[in-house]
Amino acid sequence: MSNLSKPIPPAGDPSALTVEIRGKSFRGADGGDVRAIEAIAFEVAPASFATLIGPSGCGKTTTLRIILGLDPDFDGRLRLPEGGAGRVAAVFQEPRLLPWRSVEDNVRLALPAEDAGRDLDPLFATLGLAEMRSRYPSELSLGLARRVALARAFAIRPSLLVLDEPFVSLDEQTATRLRKLLIDVWSARPTTALMVTHNLREAVQLSDRIIFLTERPARIRGIHDIVTPQAERDTRWREATLSAIAKRYSGVL
Amino acid sequence: MALELGRSSAGRSLPARLAPGIVTLVSLAGLLAIWWVAAIVADSRVLPSPPAVAEAFWRDAATGELFFHLAMTLSRVAGAFVIAMAVGSAIGIVLGMSREADRFFDPWLILFLNIPALVIIVLAYIWFGLNEAAAIGAIAVNKIPNAVVTLREGARALDRDLEEMAKVYRFGAAKTLRHVILPQLQPYFAAASRSGISLIWKIALVVELLGRSNGVGFQINLYFQLFDVAAILAYTLAFVAVMLIIEFLLVQPFEAHSTRWRPKRAHG
Repeated sequence: MSNLSKPIPPAGDPSALTVEIRGKSFRGADGGDVRAIEAIAFEVAPASFATLIGPSGCGKTTTLRIILGLDPDFDGRLRLPEGGAGRVAAVFQEPRLLPWRSVEDNVRLALPAEDAGRDLDPLFATLGLAEMRSRYPSELSLGLARRVALARAFAIRPSLLVLDEPFVSLDEQTATRLRKLLIDVWSARPTTALMVTHNLREAVQLSDRIIFLTERPARIRGIHDIVTPQAERDTRWREATLSAIAKRYSGVL
Repeated sequence: MALELGRSSAGRSLPARLAPGIVTLVSLAGLLAIWWVAAIVADSRVLPSPPAVAEAFWRDAATGELFFHLAMTLSRVAGAFVIAMAVGSAIGIVLGMSREADRFFDPWLILFLNIPALVIIVLAYIWFGLNEAAAIGAIAVNKIPNAVVTLREGARALDRDLEEMAKVYRFGAAKTLRHVILPQLQPYFAAASRSGISLIWKIALVVELLGRSNGVGFQINLYFQLFDVAAILAYTLAFVAVMLIIEFLLVQPFEAHSTRWRPKRAHG
């Protein structure tokens, strides 16, 4: 299939996320270089939600780590959304909470100093964590711990939100509820967001733009934009969209 | 005993909660009984009975001499402990985090781990004179390699994922140290302190015996020359009692506080 990605406009919106990775290799265990990313370039419009989808091990998480600044060793360039405090929030695959701090402290510790005493009641209430504030992470189920990780990400009012398979290994019911919570908190304050997932249904439900990646070394396979507003995405619309995408990108479903 | 106290006793009946304490008391009483019987059977000056030791204790306690020497030893133990833990932890954390530093300093560490305490003490007195700084320094240098080894293991086991989280959320150095790194090292600090405090007070006695004119070690040397076993045992037991009080009133409550987040294990 041909490369359907559109070229990046030279001067994008300053508050958009622009990613252009021209190559990323890892040192393999045998000493040779393993090429993880060949060429990835995409843009996420301000206050929109984009999703990266691709086969396992194709470099999705590597892309996120580069965007998060955890892996500075790559060729290419990166422009994070400006505006706000320029902060980036991440929701990792595992919740990554500090086990020795309460739920509330875990969220509060992420707040910037000038925001330290902020009222977090509405956020905890929206995420259904009001009763859990003084609990320790070991007392929470995985679903609840993920909610705390979401709370931490939204609490800092980031200008970019990065989510790495935030609903993986949850039962479908919990995952569905958590996705709805994510839409709720995200809609209250739309933030430029980039999510990695394996789940095309999830991507269709949440995103404005879906970026398909090839096998490793990763390239852009195609970019699919969704214009239907989130509120109008009912089951029939979703099934139609899914089959349309599946027709265009074989093997993604 | 130590394990029992660390557990939550909520939801258990009063006799069940008292049981571990009773077991400890019976156990100690048994030890005392064996000693007493052995002393009566031996009937010798070199194995005094418990009342004879108690008498020696009261004799020196009444004059205040015992408490003075206990306090001197305790202050040396405390000083050496603080220095050894601070220096040892700092070096251990650096070695645990930097592979290059570890490779370079590992032979030094093995060397210091294997120098006998006596050699360090004698050299400290020769090089720095018979003074308090040399005494406390010698005790600390004996303990530092142990703290380094323990904390190095702790620093090697630090969680990468949490470190990255702290980086993404811009915790900064101070916040990362306090909320991310030190809590992970807490069990290693606890282990180093536990083994450290017993090692340090044993070495402190040798230091006092060789070059100080007060402290429990000095008194034990004095009573050794007088062949007064009762007084030697009185000083030893008094200092062990002090260390037990420190363990129960300081170390254990601190540990219970810093591990309160851990899931409570089922009793049994």
